[in-house]
Amino acid sequence: MRIGAAKESYVADAALFDTPTQRVWIGLAFAALCAFPFVADEYWLYLACLIAINVASACGLNILTGYTGLVSLGQAAFMGLGAYTVAVMENRLGTPFGINLLAGGLVAMAGGVVVGIPSLRVKGLYLAISTIAASVLAHFLFANFKFTGGTAGLSIQPARFFGIALDTSFRLYWLIVPLAVLMLLGAANLFRTRIGRAFIAIRDRDISAEVLGIPLLRYKLMSFGLSSFYAGVAGGLWAYFFRVVTPESFPLIMSIFFLAAIIVGGMGSILGCILGAVFMTLVPELLKIVVGWLPMSTNATLVLSPVRTMVFGALIIGFLIFEPHGLAEMWRRVRRYFHLWPFRT
Amino acid sequence: MTESFDWLFLAEISLAGLGSGGLLALAGLALVIIYKATRVVNLAIGEMLMMSAYLFFALTASMALPVWVAILGTIVSSGLLGALIERSMIRPMLGESPISTFMVTVGLSSVLVGLVELIWTADPRRLPEFMPTDPVLLGPAMVAPKVFYGFLITAALIAVVLVVFRTWRGGVALRATASDQAAAYSMGINVPRVFSLSWTVAAMIAAVAGIVVGAIGGISSAMGAFGLSTLVVVIVGGLDSVMGALLGGLLVGLVEAWAGAYLGGEYKVIATFSLLLLVLLVRPYGLFGTHDIERL
Repeated sequence: MRIGAAKESYVADAALFDTPTQRVWIGLAFAALCAFPFVADEYWLYLACLIAINVASACGLNILTGYTGLVSLGQAAFMGLGAYTVAVMENRLGTPFGINLLAGGLVAMAGGVVVGIPSLRVKGLYLAISTIAASVLAHFLFANFKFTGGTAGLSIQPARFFGIALDTSFRLYWLIVPLAVLMLLGAANLFRTRIGRAFIAIRDRDISAEVLGIPLLRYKLMSFGLSSFYAGVAGGLWAYFFRVVTPESFPLIMSIFFLAAIIVGGMGSILGCILGAVFMTLVPELLKIVVGWLPMSTNATLVLSPVRTMVFGALIIGFLIFEPHGLAEMWRRVRRYFHLWPFRT
Repeated sequence: MTESFDWLFLAEISLAGLGSGGLLALAGLALVIIYKATRVVNLAIGEMLMMSAYLFFALTASMALPVWVAILGTIVSSGLLGALIERSMIRPMLGESPISTFMVTVGLSSVLVGLVELIWTADPRRLPEFMPTDPVLLGPAMVAPKVFYGFLITAALIAVVLVVFRTWRGGVALRATASDQAAAYSMGINVPRVFSLSWTVAAMIAAVAGIVVGAIGGISSAMGAFGLSTLVVVIVGGLDSVMGALLGGLLVGLVEAWAGAYLGGEYKVIATFSLLLLVLLVRPYGLFGTHDIERL
């Protein structure tokens, strides 16, 4: 049983990592992240980069859906906006990747604010449906706008860092993972500020929040903007990682993937979006192995994609019915068990 | 040709649009029935439609049953599927926020797409021909026979559904539940049964729509996109209004057809969704929907 975690000041109580144990674990995780690229092979590095990108984007969606209560099925479209911005800037202007990523985030943010405008009048399901509309419109823009290379898409030069081309997973790891960690820290800190608290108030009861003096429209648009900024930066990283963007890179199913990630991980929890994105990115890899074991391995690739679609759907349904607070809640339960150990929870 | 505008072309396009609009109205009707009874927006309606079309395909093409038997079989099995979905996925979500239930249907749509691709692969298929194939002339305008007979089937089914819901006991129970759940309970209506009923009936309606849509355009695992148009229909018409679904369906069908003919095929979806955004901004509860008043 853990004792002696009494807080003596408000600062200690409001700290991000509030116990020494937690700080030790965070430090260990940080060290592990730094050591990882030196021990892992190419495949695991590839997965790590993909996971980090997905974590960043899922974290953005969690700000919007998990913390502000505005369901969005447009996350992939915002990622697409970011990715295309980065691609166009890298190819046409050749600006450094930092500026490109920032611009990608800002363009996606502008898109998010525009899409968020209907939230002035509609909420809940209607809003979810209007974000579907936005993602359909974005797909149309990508496919027909002359900057974006039409249906063939664009291919991108690798990002350059002081003359070093970031063209392998190992090199990209040092760009993608620190950025993702930074974005996570930003999100975690956001919910210790007035803005973040206002988001949570809006989620819990928006009319009450308005009565308490939170301007709904401004905060909802802010949430949309922040969420799509995250998506845009994640999309930009995605573009640097895969080095080709096409209109088909960001389908509606990808938005569902992110929604699934935060449901599975736990809505309204930073730990949740990490666990969810890691889990959902690893599920297809796990399925690849499982399908490989099956006897009809000749058409394994044919079977894989539908099975993956089904498993995604089943995970969404299963978690919503049996564990609405997701993996984060399971984790918390395990932790509580050990904290209270000789006693029962 | 000195004439600057081809009216006959417009008429033919409009008729084709009304034809597909009828199907949208039918699917919209299924959505509205579910929404009225259970307050669930079923995003998986397009996928349920697709599932039915594939069931029909399996019964006719693979098991070689006569068409009428296959249609009946499809309707019955789709109804069972609807009841199963309600019992296993929607009932446990009773009392949860509408958003959670909505996301369950998002998951459901994904499961159904995966199931269809797993069993029948993602390749598009054609349903066997079962409608007359002579071209139909309405005045000078020519209509594709499938569209014409599809519209007749649709209109007939809509009429049947409307009459049944006016007169049949179950229909009255459904309307009572829709207008006030607590009151319906206290009057002895078995509300959970009504929930099951609404999903079953909606799945059956979707089955007919699925068969007709499949007969006109062939079936594929991307058929679920039809469900997105259906969603637009019910939002435009008003989620809880049968009249709204019917008129909304025809309107969206027309808009799609016009956009497809005059702007090009890729503008169809854009026109539909622009209409959706317009309605959401101007009249969020739809043309005929009830405007919920929110209290603290």
